[in-house]
Amino acid sequence: MTITDGSTSDSGLVEMTYRDAMRSAIADALATDERVFIMGEDVADYGGTYAVTKGLYEEFGRDRVRNTPLSESGFVGAGIGAALGGMRPIVEVMTVNFSLLALDQIVNTAATLLHMSGGQFNVPLVVRMTTGAGRQLAAQHSHSLEGWYAHVPGLKVVAPATPHDARWMLPSALADPNPVIIFEHSGLYNESGPVDLAAGPASLDRAEVRRPGDDVTIIASAGMVPKAMRAAEELAAGSAPIAAEVVDLRSLRPLDLDTLAASVERTHRAVVLDEGWRTGGLNGEIAASITERCFWTLDAPIVRLAAREVPVPYAKHLEEAAIPQVADIVDAVGRLVADTGGPT
Amino acid sequence: MTDTLTEIGHEHSRRLLQDMIRIRVFEERCAELYGEQKIRGFLHLYIGEEAIAAGVINLLETRDAVLATYREHGHALLRGVSAGSIMAEMFGKATGVSGGRGGSMHLFDEATRFFGGNAIVGGHLPLAVGLGLADQMLGRHGPVTVCFFGEGAVAEGEFHEALNLAALWNVPVLFVCENNRYAMGTSLRTSESQVDLALKAASYAIPAWSVDGMDVAEVTRATQRALVSIRSGGGPMFIEFQTYRFRAHSMFDPDLYREREEIEMWKQRDPIATFSARLVEAGIATDEDVASMWDAARDETEQAVAEAEAGPLEPVDDLDTNVVAPTEVTP
Repeated sequence: MTITDGSTSDSGLVEMTYRDAMRSAIADALATDERVFIMGEDVADYGGTYAVTKGLYEEFGRDRVRNTPLSESGFVGAGIGAALGGMRPIVEVMTVNFSLLALDQIVNTAATLLHMSGGQFNVPLVVRMTTGAGRQLAAQHSHSLEGWYAHVPGLKVVAPATPHDARWMLPSALADPNPVIIFEHSGLYNESGPVDLAAGPASLDRAEVRRPGDDVTIIASAGMVPKAMRAAEELAAGSAPIAAEVVDLRSLRPLDLDTLAASVERTHRAVVLDEGWRTGGLNGEIAASITERCFWTLDAPIVRLAAREVPVPYAKHLEEAAIPQVADIVDAVGRLVADTGGPT
Repeated sequence: MTDTLTEIGHEHSRRLLQDMIRIRVFEERCAELYGEQKIRGFLHLYIGEEAIAAGVINLLETRDAVLATYREHGHALLRGVSAGSIMAEMFGKATGVSGGRGGSMHLFDEATRFFGGNAIVGGHLPLAVGLGLADQMLGRHGPVTVCFFGEGAVAEGEFHEALNLAALWNVPVLFVCENNRYAMGTSLRTSESQVDLALKAASYAIPAWSVDGMDVAEVTRATQRALVSIRSGGGPMFIEFQTYRFRAHSMFDPDLYREREEIEMWKQRDPIATFSARLVEAGIATDEDVASMWDAARDETEQAVAEAEAGPLEPVDDLDTNVVAPTEVTP
């Protein structure tokens, strides 16, 4: 694999966009394992709806960069069957919104086969899909339903939030004997960041502290991570500086509660961000789990900052108001810290 | 008539009869055991439809793959899963073919490439396409994936998505529609605007035809033709077998939606009774041969019950196993 984007530094780091990092991960997998193929709607000539697979079919051919009809349940199920038959399919479902048409295959089949067969048939399948709002695409193209999938035993659910994770979580997902769902927030594709090309496959079950801080823990995933980072910068630069620790979940199932608890036990305060709705959302699971483990060290109830309980609207100002923004995070964190004695 | 049996072969003909009887006896016993509450959950019996599994599965090779529905005890048995491990599964024992995690509807067996035991109607058709695709992409020429499903699945979107994909990708899959005329209590004519199911498959450019599923010889002949074509790279095929279940949909079903006369009419065409008579008439089997087939099937079934009774329950401490497979060391 030749990386043409970015510039190599002495440390082996290159600057890449999230999109290019994901594309190079797919290209590398296709080049190194003949069992790997990618299929989905418009992944070949069109280059993928989000241009992630652009150019791959010219290099690897139409069998291995395989266009499908608009049959989400059909081709996700075919991916499961191909995995059972010895392949390592990467199925691109254009967006989480359309994945609802494949819920039967993911929840009823991929997640259950190992168990129902008494351990005989595992499903080494990778399903990639975009998630999230923020591009004025209205209610049917702006869902954040990662939490639904994270609810289901038998699945692994990850959400790479950095170009480095976009590059290195895919090979781990392909090596995993279980179905792995990869959520890519559509707002991240143009974000650039350092990728260590020598790093190798990344863990699928650990959260990571993206920015250390002692005053409060901000827990985020996917598209909420860059917003949390910007909020933390603003909080640090304020007149009464607050040192916010930002933890990127990375894995939504399983949840890395050890890393979360270790942070909260130090900071005594936590704000959980979620681009999905609050009711029945993953944010509630995280808040409850941390409370169970850290109740006596908390200075205040855990704050949840989630999407407003409306279908995501089209109009820009309404869409912005519906999902947590940097200013909302700064405000929520600032109030939590102020109400509990201020920064240490 | 006799010509067909000669074509199939006398030994193969006797085997077809024996296998239909094995299913019948096994399932009659299952019904009794359900009454005794040894078997719980859902229990869907195949009684009346045995000619299809017997005709099709007896033509398969070890390299082929089989997917079936929740009415699959007979398919598993003929594919080579032991009667004891099927019965143990229904008893919920650790010695069951799926370790007691699946039950009647979820028999799975890696050794015989038996991929379920699938209980979402239509849900396994896309899997069959994927298994065929894997054979194709890995350069394995000759294996066929055989996918059994009922006519109720034809109303599901997954049927149409799967057939379209199968034809587009020319995968080696035989779609076997077991048309027993009722999706639970809903008759085909009240649920499909077009009741010619072969026509639906043909609309996806898949060769398709309709065959008498009560005649195991006809099932065999049609399947033979299809397998030859598929094995030589001819792409997917579809056969609708017209059949009837003599029992209700499941043990919970009071069977209020079918006329007694209709049931009795189909029972006159019992695939086992009619084929027994044909073999005796043609001199391929004697009455004594047929009687010993029933005896052998009873012995097999009683042995299976004894094995199931003796099997241990899985310790509750193991409950969390087989949810996710242990992750291998990442490369």
